[in-house]
Amino acid sequence: MHEWALAESVIKSVVEHASAEKLKKLKEAGVVFGELQAIDGEIFSFALEELRRQFPAAKACKFKIIKQPAAFRCKACGHEFPLKGLRKTKDEAEFIHFVPEMAHTFLKCPACKSPDFEIAAGRGVSVSYIKGEK
Amino acid sequence: MNLDPRPSVIEERLKGARRIIAVTGWKGGIGKSVTACTLALLLAKKGYKTGLFDLDFAGASDHLILGARGLFPKEEKGLEPPVFEGVSFMSVAFFSENRAVPLRGANVSDAIIELLAITRWGALDFLVLDMPPGINDAALDVMRFARKAEVLAVTTPSVLAHDVLSRSIELYKKLHVPVIGVVENMSPPRARGMRAGPGLKKGADAYLRFDAGLEGALGRPAALLKTAFASDLAMAAERLDIFAAEIC
Repeated sequence: MHEWALAESVIKSVVEHASAEKLKKLKEAGVVFGELQAIDGEIFSFALEELRRQFPAAKACKFKIIKQPAAFRCKACGHEFPLKGLRKTKDEAEFIHFVPEMAHTFLKCPACKSPDFEIAAGRGVSVSYIKGEK
Repeated sequence: MNLDPRPSVIEERLKGARRIIAVTGWKGGIGKSVTACTLALLLAKKGYKTGLFDLDFAGASDHLILGARGLFPKEEKGLEPPVFEGVSFMSVAFFSENRAVPLRGANVSDAIIELLAITRWGALDFLVLDMPPGINDAALDVMRFARKAEVLAVTTPSVLAHDVLSRSIELYKKLHVPVIGVVENMSPPRARGMRAGPGLKKGADAYLRFDAGLEGALGRPAALLKTAFASDLAMAAERLDIFAAEIC
């Protein structure tokens, strides 16, 4: 249920952004799930539904989930690689789920074995757009 | 748009802490982490609800100082820190299996923001932050998010540590971060309990004697609290009015 905390951050930031932009009605927001963090979409969506009660401004807002593949770029050799094919244990995957930066502890560049790589895409949860009426 | 939602909930997560003490040091090896851990243990022993957050990701060592083994946060609408020796404790070490965490500056910052956003501390009298050494993205982020943090600065008798410290104090003033005081660690024995005076460098509010027995007490909280170091730190905390807070 660690997804609950992130869902709360999403709904709160969307409501705050809408308020700052003077949107009277929130209609839709795009929520990006980076592949690396492996968010459980079902738990996340359940949390969002429950949290609507605390955030009435988001009562009618549709949250569209957008899955983004993870992409890495090695800073040592320049090799670009995806998450698929990188070996990790169940525990290691769980640690990366909580703190995606743990990828640098448990994953390596498949070309040169360096842990010094950039997470170029698909790290964690972010908001890609917010639609509403002024 | 690429909106990072996590900062929006950090203030809420830290709201339950009545005081946040950021233990900082601008040089490595000066005893910042031992000071943070011992202070947390002293506060818990006095009956204060205390949290300890090891933010020194590259060199996380609070779990070793406390001897906290086999712990993991509980998942409950976020992460609830495990309680060890009366202290709610959070560390990146829970997620690294005690392996190296080779992070660049921006990654450290990202990981700290993640843990600040998902950790539910609940009601605390004190949250002690073992800060990343020096000043960098991560340290600045912590100061940005933990707005009510007060700094307890650690230094050593070395002129180098004192010089760096005086510059850091200037920076905290510019950032409008209150400084509770400066403790000089590894001080000569005669310095016990003294303010700056003959033979002592100015710039410290309290002095912690060099304690040869400290190393042997690491990993054993009961033994740690019996050291001369802990006794001096308790005296320093008393002098700096840290123990004057009411228990919630």
